[in-house]
Amino acid sequence: MIEVKDLHKSFGDAHILKGITTSFEKGKTNLIIGQSGSGKTVFLKCLLGLFEYEKGSISYEGKNWSELSRNEKTNLRSEMGMVFQGSALFDSMTIAENVMFPLRMFTKQSKSEMEDRVNEVLQRVNLENAHNKMPSEASGGMQKRVAIARAIVNRPKFLFCDEPNSGLDPRTAIVIDNLIQEITDEFNITTVVNTHDMNSVMEIGEKIVFLKDGLLEWEGSSETIFRTENEAVTNFVYSSNLFRKVRKMYLEENL
Amino acid sequence: MKPLILKDIDDLIIGSIGIVAFISFFVGGVVAIQTSLNMTSPIMPKYLVGFATRQSIILEFAPTFISIIMAGKVGSFITSSIGTMRVTEQIDALEVMGINAINYLVFPKFIALTLYPFVISIAMFLGILGGLMACVYGGYGTMEDYIEGVQLDFIPFHFIYAFIKTFVFAFLLATIPSYYGYFMKGGALEVGKASTTSFVWTSVMIILVNFLLTSLLLG
Ligand SMILES: Nc1ncnc2c1ncn2[C@@H]1O[C@H](COP(=O)(O)OP(=O)(O)O)[C@@H](O)[C@H]1O
Ligand SMILES: [Mg+2]
Repeated sequence: MIEVKDLHKSFGDAHILKGITTSFEKGKTNLIIGQSGSGKTVFLKCLLGLFEYEKGSISYEGKNWSELSRNEKTNLRSEMGMVFQGSALFDSMTIAENVMFPLRMFTKQSKSEMEDRVNEVLQRVNLENAHNKMPSEASGGMQKRVAIARAIVNRPKFLFCDEPNSGLDPRTAIVIDNLIQEITDEFNITTVVNTHDMNSVMEIGEKIVFLKDGLLEWEGSSETIFRTENEAVTNFVYSSNLFRKVRKMYLEENL
Repeated sequence: MKPLILKDIDDLIIGSIGIVAFISFFVGGVVAIQTSLNMTSPIMPKYLVGFATRQSIILEFAPTFISIIMAGKVGSFITSSIGTMRVTEQIDALEVMGINAINYLVFPKFIALTLYPFVISIAMFLGILGGLMACVYGGYGTMEDYIEGVQLDFIPFHFIYAFIKTFVFAFLLATIPSYYGYFMKGGALEVGKASTTSFVWTSVMIILVNFLLTSLLLG
């Protein structure tokens, strides 16, 4: 569970987040949706503690970030996993080394313990035979799965994903979405996913937060998003014909 | 840390030796030929070619001119590799894992570049050798005269001066390009721009610092 209260973040004169209050629930896939440039990545990087914010607070299972000591922050960081938009794999390391990296940084396990854990997570993301490949030799979908493996190798309590299926074909995108949801379920973690992909919204949106112009415009779930009358949401989510039809059918079925 | 340092030594030092050797050898040759062609007066001693080549190579060509070339080669490599890590969020990924990215990325480059005087020594040696070859095989003088010139009036402080410059330039080569890489914003296009800017500023700083150090140490 992550609670966000009145979060403000600016870069110079540009006020990006203008007071956001919401919460992300444990064991659920929480989505942040909104147009490109609406501040999703900035929000996620605040949640990760990568960006300082001017005002507001974020607490992780009751621990308020700004009240933590340096050590406590490092400990909390070791409980977070992040899947970056472009995967952000270290391109000078093999896939196995990438996945092992957080273990080397945060734990004092022996080499063989770490190798076992790497095998285990690579298997979990269905990449048994890719250990010695370089990231540049892997396809986009594979890179994304490595990034997920690297994010969960430390058994995090919080998992953050920035547009995990951008740039992937629709089939691979669904595989990645489902993988994220399964992992959230299986390990009972708090997952926050940025997306502007409507498929993800329908597939895995257990809780949805809609950002617009730096403010929280609407929140709900993949159920309630069909019924909402909020114009900003419907304009954004149902901007394509296909989703308008899906919505119409859903409403007719569930009358 | 150790594998990172070894990798940087390979990329920055070992990877530069080829081009430095090539340039030094041929520029040394040209310096010798030019000196000999411009010495038309018969009263000038023959050993002057070797002497002039040695002085230009050790004092300016090897430490300064090679460092400008390295600002292009090593400098833009550093800016683009750190810059690429910035724009692909690899630096954010390091920071999420609690790693001080500046330390992690820049420190190994500093250590690697402490071997930079080694590169400059090679440039000095091959520059003087190139002069000898051009002189002898081009028919501009004898080997004995050239070697006599190279050994003439040797002032040890000139070496110290050259290596003080080399160390300072190594420091500039590690810091300025890292700065431009680390603090860059944008995408692939900006990585290219940052490399160019970093090359320009590293060269400008090398030239200015060269002027300052020369006035200070030799003036
Ligand atoms: N490091 C930064 N410095 C200055 N401005 C930034 C920075 N990161 C993001 N921004 C600005 O914040 C706004 C929101 O960006 P972002 O969170 O990336 O949007 P998105 O919702 O597409 O992820 C953009 O206008 C962007 O230019
Ligand atoms: Mg984004």
